[in-house]
Amino acid sequence: MRKLLFEGLFQSPLTEPPPAAEAVAAFDLAGRLDRAARRRLGRSLAIRHVDVGSCNGCELELHALGNAFYDLERFGLRFVASPRHADVLMVTGPMCKNMGEALERTWRATPDPKWVIAVGDCAVDGGVFAGGYACHGGIAALVPVDLQLRGCPPQPLDLLAGLLNLIEENAR
Amino acid sequence: MAIDCIPQALKLRRDRRWWRATVDDGLWQETAAGLAAGRWTLISLWGEAEGVRMALADEAYGEIGVVSLPCPERRFPSVGRQHPPALRLERAARDLFGLEADGAPDHRPWLDHGRWGVRYPLGLAKPDSAATPYEFLPVQGEGVHQIPVGPIHAGIIEPGHFRFSVNGETVVRLEQRLGYVHKGIEGLMAGTDPVSAVRLAGRASGDSTVAFALAFCQAGEAAMGIDVPRRAVWLRALMAELERLANHFGDIGAICNDAAFAILQARFALLREEVLRAAADCFGHRLMMDRILPGGTAVDLPADGPRRLARLVEMVRRQLPRLVELYENTASLKGRTVGTGLLSPELARRFGAGGYIGRASGRQIDARLHPGYPPYDQLTFEVPVLNSGDVNARVWVRISEVEQSLGLVEQILGALPDGPTRGEAAAGQGEQAAEGGALVEGFRGDIFVWLRLGGDGRVERCHLRDPSWFQWPLLEAAIEGNIVADFPLCNKSFNCSYSGQDG
Ligand code: SF4
Repeated sequence: MRKLLFEGLFQSPLTEPPPAAEAVAAFDLAGRLDRAARRRLGRSLAIRHVDVGSCNGCELELHALGNAFYDLERFGLRFVASPRHADVLMVTGPMCKNMGEALERTWRATPDPKWVIAVGDCAVDGGVFAGGYACHGGIAALVPVDLQLRGCPPQPLDLLAGLLNLIEENAR
Repeated sequence: MAIDCIPQALKLRRDRRWWRATVDDGLWQETAAGLAAGRWTLISLWGEAEGVRMALADEAYGEIGVVSLPCPERRFPSVGRQHPPALRLERAARDLFGLEADGAPDHRPWLDHGRWGVRYPLGLAKPDSAATPYEFLPVQGEGVHQIPVGPIHAGIIEPGHFRFSVNGETVVRLEQRLGYVHKGIEGLMAGTDPVSAVRLAGRASGDSTVAFALAFCQAGEAAMGIDVPRRAVWLRALMAELERLANHFGDIGAICNDAAFAILQARFALLREEVLRAAADCFGHRLMMDRILPGGTAVDLPADGPRRLARLVEMVRRQLPRLVELYENTASLKGRTVGTGLLSPELARRFGAGGYIGRASGRQIDARLHPGYPPYDQLTFEVPVLNSGDVNARVWVRISEVEQSLGLVEQILGALPDGPTRGEAAAGQGEQAAEGGALVEGFRGDIFVWLRLGGDGRVERCHLRDPSWFQWPLLEAAIEGNIVADFPLCNKSFNCSYSGQDG
């Protein structure tokens, strides 16, 4: 282990430069938060992920945000275990009816001010799963959505750009 | 051969290594008894419009048979009564098709949580209203208390409910309740053309998108008797091995992380990322979704692809030995993984556990070899098998499989045939309905697909069986007697798919 740690001292970092805020086009960012709330949240956001029926592809890329290439935490963004600690809900999946109650309860447990991000085509409009008996076809059927991040799954850099946009908007 | 009820079967068809038989109640029960006696392994059990079916393999997985039982009364003799691995599949067949398993010891719903507004959506559907509370199995004993967890867990994970009954720190019983991410994939597939259906199949479990798409296509190609261009066959295997590498790296790192050893998690996450980037460069998608299509592949390897992948293999070969050495030599880590979450070879065999879970508990199985599919008959690799059945064994099987997959990638690159990557997929127009099956080795284990195409070339019925169906119940067994704090570690070492089992 010493060898590995020692090497780390001399390696240049693998971390990607931050994506430009405009790297992701067409943000549908509703101005729901008032100024006071924005100031209170500052530039650091706590994120709670909720899977409401994802194929688990979106989770894999959310996970990737934590690796040394994307290193989410350098931006003051971190995943938390409880909705009660969260500012942002990142929701994946086509809104399976079997997850309806769980998402509503999570949303209610998240203190205001809060944002909801629909992550992936499924969360936005149901994606390939729209139209069946088991899904609502997008999370907007149950909770208000502030930001949509399309993709199947969205790539980590797109997820990062989306989150940075949210912070910028928040800090303005 | 091994199926001794064949001569009595009412109807029998045989193609390649798959046989099919239509049976009556008596033969159905005989077959169930054969499963219980360990003569065959249950591959799946599923509902159809006209009845229930099951797929089974002989001991060597040399032959796979599909047994159909017509159920005009919408009932059939329970297989789960004799052979518990069938229980959850029977509950699912009831929830989706309204097919009742007579004599089953467990009649609770499985996928249907009373939220769809409809009952038996794939059978004789009828409107449904209220959700009834789910009854967990009773647990008795002095000092036993319960810890309910989920459906939402603390982390970036899929949802499901775990009900722990614990005595002090020790887990006396774990009961799972799944079905939260049921998307109705099999229902959505019905009536679609195969190119749309493969998109759905590739999203049954996103981490196995290549393997699921491959299994779906193989089943369709078997049904239609379509030959796939050789280059496409090899490219498919290349993608499948890259998918295996990426997932094994992710898993090994995550297991170390759950044993509180973060540096290996960080290192393996980088290896995973490197594989995904190479996949994106070579095939245009990090997870290689929608890259396999009926009749071939959607993309060809670009001119610099072989060099790109050779660099990846070389980089992994350089880094891996030291990470493995660190895993092996860190006592605090081994102290957590050795002897934890034991799965006995006997249970693994009974449940037909696939993948690293089966192979870490003594099962000499690999669908790439048995029943087998090309190009693996022309490639050289070993199937690592261990007997200790603990978390450490499941880590080590993954490590060995990584080494084998690196060799396979090199062999494929060295012998990749030239030619087209997609044949005339023109799905036999104007022909009769045709059925076919496939068993494909995903990173997690064998994926089974049974597909019936109508005369118009559209999907009439498709059944997808993720390996997790038989692995989830084994996790319940493996955690028994462990401390609650070791559950994340055991769970990660299994890494079952919620989406794959929920459908
Ligand atoms: S958007 Fe795509 S990757 Fe994400 S959950 Fe849906 S199907 Fe899976």
